[in-house]
Amino acid sequence: MQTAIFTTLLVASLLFFGWSVYRRLSLVLLGQPEERFDQPGLRLSEMFLYAFGQLRVIKKPFGLNHFVIFWSFVILAIANGEFMVNGVFPTLSLALLPEGLHRALLLAFDVVSLLTLFAIVLSFVRRIVVRPAQLDSLYVKGRSPEAFVILSFIALLMLAYFGMHGAIIAQRPEAAASAMPVSTVVAAWLTNAGVDLSLVESVSWWVHAFVLLAFICFLPLSKHMHILTAIPNCYFGALTWPATQPRETFEKGAVYGVGSVERFTWKDLFDSFSCTECGRCQAACPASITGKPLNPRQIVHAIKTNLLENGPALKDGRKATLPLIGDEGEGTNTEDAIWSCTTCGACMEACPVLIEQMPKIVKMRRHLVETESKFPEELLNLFENMEQRSNPWGIAPGERAKWVSTLPVKPFVAGETEYLLYVGCAGSFDSRAKQVTVALATVLNAAGVSWGILGKDEKCCGDSLRRLGNEFLFDKMAKENVEIFRERGVAKVITLCPHCLTTLKNDYRQYGLELEVVHQSELIADLIKKGRIKLDGGEKSLGKIAYHDPCYLGRHNDIFEAPRTVVQAVTGEAVMEAERHGRNSFCCGAGGGRMWMEEFIGDRVNHTRVDELLAEKPDTVCVACPYCMTMMEDGLKDRGAGEVKVRDVVEVLAEGLLHKKG
Amino acid sequence: MLVVVCVKQVPDTTQVQIDPVTNTLIREGVPFIVNPYDTHAVEQALRFKDRYGCRVVAISMGPPNAEATLRKALAQGADRAVLLSDRVFGGADTLATSKVLAAAIERLSKEDEVGVVICGKQTIDGDTAQVGPGIATRLNFAQLTLVDRVDELDLSARRIKVSRKLEGRHEHVEAPLPVLLTVVRELNRPRYPTVAMRLESADAKVEVWDNGVLGLDVNTIGLKGSPTWVSRIFSPERAKGEMLGDGAHDPEGAAQILIDKMIEKDLLAL
Repeated sequence: MQTAIFTTLLVASLLFFGWSVYRRLSLVLLGQPEERFDQPGLRLSEMFLYAFGQLRVIKKPFGLNHFVIFWSFVILAIANGEFMVNGVFPTLSLALLPEGLHRALLLAFDVVSLLTLFAIVLSFVRRIVVRPAQLDSLYVKGRSPEAFVILSFIALLMLAYFGMHGAIIAQRPEAAASAMPVSTVVAAWLTNAGVDLSLVESVSWWVHAFVLLAFICFLPLSKHMHILTAIPNCYFGALTWPATQPRETFEKGAVYGVGSVERFTWKDLFDSFSCTECGRCQAACPASITGKPLNPRQIVHAIKTNLLENGPALKDGRKATLPLIGDEGEGTNTEDAIWSCTTCGACMEACPVLIEQMPKIVKMRRHLVETESKFPEELLNLFENMEQRSNPWGIAPGERAKWVSTLPVKPFVAGETEYLLYVGCAGSFDSRAKQVTVALATVLNAAGVSWGILGKDEKCCGDSLRRLGNEFLFDKMAKENVEIFRERGVAKVITLCPHCLTTLKNDYRQYGLELEVVHQSELIADLIKKGRIKLDGGEKSLGKIAYHDPCYLGRHNDIFEAPRTVVQAVTGEAVMEAERHGRNSFCCGAGGGRMWMEEFIGDRVNHTRVDELLAEKPDTVCVACPYCMTMMEDGLKDRGAGEVKVRDVVEVLAEGLLHKKG
Repeated sequence: MLVVVCVKQVPDTTQVQIDPVTNTLIREGVPFIVNPYDTHAVEQALRFKDRYGCRVVAISMGPPNAEATLRKALAQGADRAVLLSDRVFGGADTLATSKVLAAAIERLSKEDEVGVVICGKQTIDGDTAQVGPGIATRLNFAQLTLVDRVDELDLSARRIKVSRKLEGRHEHVEAPLPVLLTVVRELNRPRYPTVAMRLESADAKVEVWDNGVLGLDVNTIGLKGSPTWVSRIFSPERAKGEMLGDGAHDPEGAAQILIDKMIEKDLLAL
């Protein structure tokens, strides 16, 4: 009788589970194609590292808790498999395995179940007592009962497991008792309590059965779907850090960007089913932190909700009805949210399951700019200036080389000059950044580096256009630049600005241009290391120096050490670190084209960052990016800390050289 | 009803230099742009199209490469583009230019009624602000210059109400159709062409009308028909300013001197 009832329930649950999973995952196929099947070896190793190794998960204090739950799920999957098989075919059980192996498994199940129970208690404590900000936002409040249901399910499963095995051991001590220390303790309690052991056994068995089946049915409907999708999502994750966005093809009748959910790639959609709503992206996002309407988790969640809502219609070839971009509401992203992104990448760095939030936002920007022609008013000038004068300010291109007036600077000639110094728009036109250009020129000359410039022929790299979603214009400018570099025989490039660096290095590669691009901080660190620049390490005029990592230098291009070693070589002291630094650094607020937009909503990102730096009480803030320079200088003035200097890393070095001479 | 919008290709004046010897503009290597005021004229025409379903025709007089300017209007949504290009149109002053443009508009009006003609208030290369009014005069249209807001276009009553931006004041005026408007930047924010429209316009046909089409007397147009001649063009010498205060060491003192000077010259209202 028990077998028949269980078999019926099990089959029904598995069918329901299969149907729910199919209903959801088949929607992923509505997405556009994207190559994520290459290099299986590398993908497997990434999967082991991030999924099974939980590399990102354990970076946070409570991550260890999840690590325990994850691995007990893996181990207990065997126990639960046995439970289901045994429930249908009572003669089949793990006892058929060789004795030693069987006992080892029982020991593992027993210990792991206890650990899980502890981990679940901790999870309850965290949600009820600790209440971390990212779990307590408006956004998840409505959904947190789901977390409690799942935690209760897991706790019940463990309790039922011990109840069942305790009762079995109490009745039949020979049942592998010595292999199950926890269950043996439970058995002793039960015996002492004088309860009806066979009743406890059968009640525990049924509780275990019901909870397990309920769990199976509930899983695909909840955020716990990630139990199924997170591991493959790590397998299909980006193999190179997604600092760039894919190209678009411009031809009549084509669709640009993502304005409707099925325009995302299948991987974008799969990402949305892999999100656990842990909130780490939100806790790292400068827009979320400063009170903007952007929350990367909500972006991913809205994609899932939108897909579930529109999926059936889309499958039938009808049009989506719930808009992907529009007024605030479940399953819809607002334009304000989409425009708040600084493309700093902190969300992608934080995500334990390698979800790529930033490219999704840029794809939606593309739709707004290229198809709808809807964007914040300030950007119209930027787009026109870029198109007509190839710089964001609309200054006459003829003035691009004016910064050289005081210096003997040579044009780049292939074969004669080693490096092209790609000055970039800020370094050419912005009065403060021009000082950095001059400092770099002085340092390069002092070290005897062979370098030259394109002068008036240099054009804007187009970074802001690409991050803002104006891919059409970016494409045009990228092609022009690639053509110039090829024509002039450029092979090695120094950039002043991390945005030029990333564009020339990562974006232009999509146009078949492979340049050796170095950021000035890397080059000067190397010159110091090779002894081509000699310093005595005694420069004290800048006082204590705190270093601010530019997102496009650090997180997007992995350059963390070079600027730090330069400063240390000059001052003889390690830089002061802000609370968020290195890979987890906090954006200045100007990336992703935000440099050219007003910041009307929430706190200013640069204020938040400046406050964090001021907490270390530095005399100088060292940056390595012209956008960061502007944002830090403005922020310090706004905060009444104008006496704190802001210096580019190469200016720090130039100061060190002066000191040595003088 | 047709709305005709006149556009002009101009050299990007921020990049123009004057040859000190010949006193002429050095045009070599200087990129051309759409006269900025004209972009607002195009936008207004498109708003009439969006609201009333009028057809928008963009016209321009200029050399063959002025086609790019018309394409931009097509990318923004104009229905048709006509380039008035002929050697005999060359060297025209504002009088001769307005004659050619008026003739083209007249020709268009034979196909469909022209209700509104819109021009930018002036071009940034000539800065005369005469061509728009010249066209209105030649066509005998009412002319409303310096429009910064269109309040109402009543097609059945055939009237238009606009606001004109004058020095220190606004003027609300009404005129019967057909009418010619010249517009200022404050009127609107020109739309940014979508990629689809850009690609569409790249292959769209720009009609070219020469004087064979317009049939004007060659002595009344171009250089021959132009009573105004430019005798000299030059950059004014800038008197060198003096350095006051010490901005590097006493920025507040320097700012105070600046403010005092500005008050003295009545540049700051107190």
